[in-house]
Amino acid sequence: MTPKRKRLWLLVGSLGVLCVAAALVLTALNDNIVFFYSPSQLAEKKPAPDRRLRIGGLVEQGSVKKEGTEVRFKVTDLKQSVSVVYRGILPDLFREGRGVIAEGSLDSNGVFTAREVLAKHDENYMPPEVAKALKESGRWQEGSGKK
Amino acid sequence: MIPELGQYALILALAVALVQGTLPLVGAARGDVRLMALGRTAALTQALLVILAFAALTQAYVTSDFSVANVVANSHSAKPLIYKLSGVWGNHEGSMLLWALILSLFGAAVAIFGTNLPDSLRARVLAIQALIGVGFLAFLLFTSNPFERVFPAPPDGNGLNPLLQDPGLAFHPPLLYLGYVGFSVTYAFAIAALLEGRVDVAWARWVRPWTLAAWCFLTLGIALGSWWAYYILGWGGFWFWDPVENASLMPWLAGTALLHSAIVVEKRDALKSWTVLLAVLAFSLSLLGTFLVRSGVLTSVHAFAQDPARGMFILGFLLAVTGGGLALYAWRAPQLQGGGLFQPISREGALILNNLLLCTLAATVLLGTLYPLFLDLVTGAKVSVGPPFFNATFVPIAMALFAALCVGPYLGWKRAELLPALVRLRAAFAVSVIAAIVAAVAIDGRATLAALCLGFGVWLITGSLLEFYQRLARTHWRLPPRASLGMTIAHTALGVVVLGAVATAAWHVELIKTFKPGDSASFAGFQIKLQEVVPINGPNYVAERAILAVSSDNGPYTTLTPERRLFTVQKRQIAETSIHTNILRDLYAALGEGDAEKGWTVRLYYNPLAPLIWLGAALCALGGFVSLSDRRLRIGAPRGSKGRSRGAVQPAE
Repeated sequence: MTPKRKRLWLLVGSLGVLCVAAALVLTALNDNIVFFYSPSQLAEKKPAPDRRLRIGGLVEQGSVKKEGTEVRFKVTDLKQSVSVVYRGILPDLFREGRGVIAEGSLDSNGVFTAREVLAKHDENYMPPEVAKALKESGRWQEGSGKK
Repeated sequence: MIPELGQYALILALAVALVQGTLPLVGAARGDVRLMALGRTAALTQALLVILAFAALTQAYVTSDFSVANVVANSHSAKPLIYKLSGVWGNHEGSMLLWALILSLFGAAVAIFGTNLPDSLRARVLAIQALIGVGFLAFLLFTSNPFERVFPAPPDGNGLNPLLQDPGLAFHPPLLYLGYVGFSVTYAFAIAALLEGRVDVAWARWVRPWTLAAWCFLTLGIALGSWWAYYILGWGGFWFWDPVENASLMPWLAGTALLHSAIVVEKRDALKSWTVLLAVLAFSLSLLGTFLVRSGVLTSVHAFAQDPARGMFILGFLLAVTGGGLALYAWRAPQLQGGGLFQPISREGALILNNLLLCTLAATVLLGTLYPLFLDLVTGAKVSVGPPFFNATFVPIAMALFAALCVGPYLGWKRAELLPALVRLRAAFAVSVIAAIVAAVAIDGRATLAALCLGFGVWLITGSLLEFYQRLARTHWRLPPRASLGMTIAHTALGVVVLGAVATAAWHVELIKTFKPGDSASFAGFQIKLQEVVPINGPNYVAERAILAVSSDNGPYTTLTPERRLFTVQKRQIAETSIHTNILRDLYAALGEGDAEKGWTVRLYYNPLAPLIWLGAALCALGGFVSLSDRRLRIGAPRGSKGRSRGAVQPAE
């Protein structure tokens, strides 16, 4: 084989691998990206039930109720709120009035079943999505969540 | 007084780094021996100064000097000494100082061990290394000064984030940084080679040990981080495809590719410009990782409070390093003439396939990690890309890599035959297929994909060991050179990791249950009974400890004691899991909130083969170190590789 031919083959091979990877990536992205909704957006857009999504906001004061291993609480952006049910151990930094992100899906009654409630390493940390959602609802200013 | 000395030392280090980053370059361009020699002295001086600064900060932590803002924010007088020490790098400023320290130590190591490098190459490598140092020292001094004072000094500090008060995490950052920063040396060598316009066998022989060392440390750092997440987060998982985890995985993948392509440059004088490009990319990905972690642009379980100014600085630095490197590459790389010719089916061909697949893996991880940022910028939509995406893209490509991995070592340089290699591997193939079928039938009929992955794990182990055995038999039982021994160890270890990861992910058993004292539950063949929950007083926390008696059919088996610790200074609760392991499986318990009346929530996991994940990763790094001890790669070995020097093995401590 001439060097030119060889380089051609190498190129074809690399492109082949890249195409397969690109196809994998695109289908996977299509099926698996998880959109983030604030409680207001959730009320407005009403995503299809059983679609995996993320919600975020503040844990509403006085809304946390525990029954056995099941926890019910409300996530609010101070305009709208959504009921969440979660089975399992909550992360250590889960507190009423603090920012929270939950991943799961809505059921047909509009209750959000969380499969995961995200923990943070740092208690002053406000997830960017939550900060944005709160800012959009106009009830929260930069810095006010830090104390 | 001492903190000020530390700060002066940092400022002086910046000045020295500026000199080291410029004059030797001029010297190398003009052929001025004195200017070139300056690089060596400057590198040692810079390292000394940064060591001084680091020692000053350490002193402030150990003596709990609360007039230093950083100590106030991250330490407390009641903290155990080991966490006072690890507190030095358990925060933003300190961890950046650690980065600068390791960077300057690597620079000094090049200066010390590089005495027989060509003068101009050494001068250039040290200069590039210093320019990176300038970036980090300026970053420290201008945006994140660790020595800032507070007046009046508070009586006590706020304490270290309790999640970080853990032996696993105390050593995670230094190891990870040794890996990240180690790639700066390879980067410096690549840029120096581009400036020289020459990449030869000697260059590759120089670059490979540094890459190998960085890679070993990065492997250990990632493994330690994953182990920490496994036992402290209480979720029973070992890898969450979190942006911060991905940030360390990308340079690892690129570094692994670099490790393999440098072999081709060394042995066959080919793939030169590709190797140089990979060296630039590996370090760029390390910096990207730092940027992602330090800027907080991505939501992550690891994300710490963000600071836009710092993020912008690192982003700018990242653009300069990557952009500058790539621009220089585009300009000078065409001059790098490729050497040895080879057929597609050959050792070179196999290593190219390895590089292709590893880079594709790195690219998919990069895409999945940055896609949310990209979409946010373009459309404003907030999305996250989670494990399903990575499982759907990463796993198939990794399988292709695993399939090819065992064949590569059978192929000779320049040209080889595929069929004979496959024939010699037939036993390994048979064993793997049987293992996959047994797993599919015996354990779980539905998890075909997991069974297939398990088969690949077995294939990696048996294939690598078989090749090793056949080579031993051929060479009349003489041990092969350490570089190839290291390869066998690392490849086998990869199979061990795959086994552990697949078994844990696919066949773990989980139970979440509320226990009142006296309650029991049957779980994975054991009886678990909550005997009592007792209060515990730790050095800087109070805790409640659950006593879970575990018994099997043969009577009492063990006791699990998960805790919930309340750190009194920060008023934060942390769950401390309890794990009973016998290498073949982990029995894992985490304690949730509760009280005697309502009962405590307890989360139980049975994780088959989980310990193999970290055992395999440690073995992988060991393979790297064994390979590093090969005399051909020994730092300071003369060009002809016939060096008689014994001893010094690792380029950096």
